[in-house]
Amino acid sequence: MRKIIYLDNAATTRTRPEVAEAMMPFFTEYYGNPSSVYDFSTPAKKAVQEAREIIASSIGAQAREIYFTGCGTEADNWALKAAADAYREKGNHIITSKIEHHAILHTCEYLEKHGFEVTYLDVDENGVVKLEELKKTIRPTTILISIMFANNEIGTIQPIRQIGEIAKEHGILFHTDAVQAYGHLPIQVDTLHIDMMSASGHKINGPKGVGFLYIRTGVKIRSFMHGGAQERKRRAGTENVPGIVGFGKAAKLAIPSMEERARHESELRDYLMDRIMEEIPYARINGDRNNRLPNNANFAFQFIEGESLLIMLDSKGICGSSGSACTSGSLDPSHVLLAIGLPHEIAHGSLRLTMSEDNTKEEMDYVVDSIKEIVQRLRDMSPLYEDFMKKQTR
Amino acid sequence: MYTEKVMDHFEHPRNVGEIENPSGMGTVGNAKCGDIMRIYLDIDENQIIRDVKFKTFGCGAAVATSSMATELVKGKSVQEAMAVTNQAVMEALDGLPPVKVHCSLLAEEAIHAALWDYAQKNGIEIKGLKQPKSDISEHDEDEEY
Repeated sequence: MRKIIYLDNAATTRTRPEVAEAMMPFFTEYYGNPSSVYDFSTPAKKAVQEAREIIASSIGAQAREIYFTGCGTEADNWALKAAADAYREKGNHIITSKIEHHAILHTCEYLEKHGFEVTYLDVDENGVVKLEELKKTIRPTTILISIMFANNEIGTIQPIRQIGEIAKEHGILFHTDAVQAYGHLPIQVDTLHIDMMSASGHKINGPKGVGFLYIRTGVKIRSFMHGGAQERKRRAGTENVPGIVGFGKAAKLAIPSMEERARHESELRDYLMDRIMEEIPYARINGDRNNRLPNNANFAFQFIEGESLLIMLDSKGICGSSGSACTSGSLDPSHVLLAIGLPHEIAHGSLRLTMSEDNTKEEMDYVVDSIKEIVQRLRDMSPLYEDFMKKQTR
Repeated sequence: MYTEKVMDHFEHPRNVGEIENPSGMGTVGNAKCGDIMRIYLDIDENQIIRDVKFKTFGCGAAVATSSMATELVKGKSVQEAMAVTNQAVMEALDGLPPVKVHCSLLAEEAIHAALWDYAQKNGIEIKGLKQPKSDISEHDEDEEY
């Protein structure tokens, strides 16, 4: 296989070999169903409990407050739909932001069709939720605030503690989608006043197909998957034992190494952003320069379109992503880029690169050189660039 | 996701560029939607397309369809060029993913817009050619940082 420079760690990460190794025995040896009575299933039962404890302690929660799910999206769906259902008598108003992941936005749209009212908060030009606006939109009927911890596209980190405080003051449930943040940023649910939190295994070098929802003790939230008595009767379905074990192992590795990884990744990120901004004209950084996930860089290159850029990067072995319409499967570019005020044609030319601890500075140099060459090549065939240059020389 | 032919025309686009004082030029599409195509035609006195160039802002399919469309009309008479439909462009590329079919329509429109410009300038009528609906001479926004 040719050399790949993988810079799409916000999409998914490489499962660490240690993680895969920890999972293996639970496929082939200890395959017992944790719900079974016989002793043969004890290792599976124990392993799930151990993973639950690792994850709980990593966010300052109790093990019984962690509920494993099939993915981050399921955790988001559960948190919103079940909370809406459980607190319906109190009210029907939910507050979220315009830059949430579709797992939240489309769930909110679904709830709107079922009698709920949803406020989608604006964000500033860096993608930060406006706290004053949040306070103003709270109604007596507000039952839930759901704001993502850090944005998956532009990496912006939200003022979670302040949002949590506001929610607490008003006696409103606070859910955060921490799929991009968990294992990358320190999270303590008590100090941040988080009542519910979604996370996913494969964003922290764990396996795909497993996530969790943290639900604070006392939050009335009902089952989302009906069936057996797994997960304290709140999430039926035989546990994905290997996945849960892998998630636990990944968390065990990610939490103590968080600071060091963040230092390495943010060094690469800053180096990449500096070189691109210095060497490529008509480029911009999307999101805050500093208040962002350590491994997230997001650019917009004027006069070119993102999918073309991605395909050309791919031919050089570089994996990235874009918020252009062609890559989003619709006619509109990324809702996040539009929400921070980018015009459509500039949002089409966006590029997200998300690093991991495995990336190196040499790779960043190769990436910048490749981007420079490709952007120029695409601009040379762009009618927008042609018009722009003609105007300049006129 | 793309056929080999599409990738070939994307990575090695034919006829990229401009023609000075073209016989006809057409720009179609919309930056808001993420696709703009511009076609330049050089047409001789026998109404034969001597040369054709294009510039495209858009995805891989947009670039490839522009490139293929220019190949298909080059050397043809204006009337023959009218037969270069989006279907013909797609077939020549061994197909496009369903979400990209609009790119081939844009390529057809771009050729038609350039032919329309040529017809207008020379006061001639090309059979079957209608005024292009999405022709844009100037794009409205010029955002700068």
